[in-house]
Amino acid sequence: MKKQLLALAIAAVATGAAFAQANDTIAKAKAAGKVVMGVRESSAPLSYTLGDGRFTGYHVELCQRILKAVVPTAAVEYLPVTSANRIPLVQNGTVDIECGSTTNNATRQKDVSFALTTYVTEVRTAVKATSKIKSIADLKGKTVATTTGTTSVALLRKNKRAEGLTFTEVYGKDHADSFLLLESGRADAFVMDDNILAGLIASSKSPKDYAIVGETLNVEPIAIMIRKDDPNFKKAVDDYIKGAIKAGELNLLYTKWFMQPIPPKNTSVNLPMGKILTGLLKAPNDKPAEEFNK
Amino acid sequence: MALDWKVFCLDTIDKAPVSGCFSSGDQQTYLGWLLAAWGQTVIVALLSLIVALVVGSIIGTVRTLPNSPWLSRFANAWVELFRNIPLLVQIFLWYHVMPVLIPVFADTPKMVLVVMGLGLFTSARIAEQVRAGIQALPRGQRYAGMAMGFTTPQYYRYVLLPMAFRIILPPLTSESMNIFKNSSVAFAVSVTELTFFAQQAGEETSRGIEIYMAVTLLYVISAFAINRIMTFIEKRVRVPGFVASTGAGGH
Repeated sequence: MKKQLLALAIAAVATGAAFAQANDTIAKAKAAGKVVMGVRESSAPLSYTLGDGRFTGYHVELCQRILKAVVPTAAVEYLPVTSANRIPLVQNGTVDIECGSTTNNATRQKDVSFALTTYVTEVRTAVKATSKIKSIADLKGKTVATTTGTTSVALLRKNKRAEGLTFTEVYGKDHADSFLLLESGRADAFVMDDNILAGLIASSKSPKDYAIVGETLNVEPIAIMIRKDDPNFKKAVDDYIKGAIKAGELNLLYTKWFMQPIPPKNTSVNLPMGKILTGLLKAPNDKPAEEFNK
Repeated sequence: MALDWKVFCLDTIDKAPVSGCFSSGDQQTYLGWLLAAWGQTVIVALLSLIVALVVGSIIGTVRTLPNSPWLSRFANAWVELFRNIPLLVQIFLWYHVMPVLIPVFADTPKMVLVVMGLGLFTSARIAEQVRAGIQALPRGQRYAGMAMGFTTPQYYRYVLLPMAFRIILPPLTSESMNIFKNSSVAFAVSVTELTFFAQQAGEETSRGIEIYMAVTLLYVISAFAINRIMTFIEKRVRVPGFVASTGAGGH
């Protein structure tokens, strides 16, 4: 009887401790001896797989450095997440830190927290190099491709109404599909995040045949995602990022992943740092996308 | 996670609540968009059903013709071709590959290509049912038709087909319902139907659960409506004392 009571008491204390740790990632990682990193399978060059459960990319490497500094004793476990499950998994504690390609916006800030913005994607237009399209206005009467389930669709709709443009929209079921629409001539332009466009062009049959043109349609700050209401962990992550910016470490990382040849194909995305991210590195913040597009 | 059905009353551009919930003029709400997407689903499904029934009946009948071995072989090849390739792959073949091989298809509206893909895929399945229906009839019916002095088209038209179609109405009902459900592949080639709406609106509003529930309901309503119509037809064309009346087949 006494043994049972003791076991019960221990169990109660343990659950109590677990509850206490629910929103304290650092304590949880120390207690468990591991920390779970959410990663993406195909968000190159931010976060992608090399096969065999190995993950790499700009955000993955940054997170590895952060975790090494913040919770040096914890082993890092990688868990692939998708657009659909990443937020629930961070909320319920399965994933401690998500290092993928998640846009920081106001809706999501209600559910999760974001670290300082470490990448900014600008929505732009890819066209064939021979086409005469140079700006959004040139899209009049043309066919424009984008991918189902992305923010670009809403963006196109918005621009269409605001500028009174008339163009036909076609939708690919994924980015590769949308690019095929451009490649096969079914679409005259492909509107998407510039890093995705640059990546698709770099891995296409003949990268010289395509160009990214026109004004920036939308700006999306991309950030590392963590649980809400964990100020200690957020401060630790943000402090590391601030230090990395000051020391020039972040610039080096950017050059490594965006300007130099990267695995698995050893081709370069070749996308120089945009003005907005350059500015952000001087004054880092974690503002949502809405603040950038006012 | 609490369900928030107000999401359907939001404007699709500025996300502001709209009174009345329906689209009006320039303003489109998610509810309005959902209904428009439902319309697309219904159009794709019904057009494909027409293609499937017409082509399927012809091919199925040809397969049972007694004295035309080459025609039957062609019809057999047709069925094997269209039922051995996955539907999604067929849709992509029509959309991406055919225009390269046959330039005429390059300027064909994408809706037509999807209808062809879905319709012909289903035609192979309906052809198989029509063949089974005709072959299920007692041989005597064919001979009786011949004895009446009917030509081959005549005894098919007046004797075999009317009975065969009655026999196969239950599997035809399934196939018609399948067409509604299979029309969801159209999203992959840019038709803005219900599945497209679910993916896109889910991303825009972060309210995937409510949106998928609404879309599921509309699919169920559409497929069940077809089911009711087919059951009604089945009852009306029933021949007393023959197949469908007993519910157990046999004659």
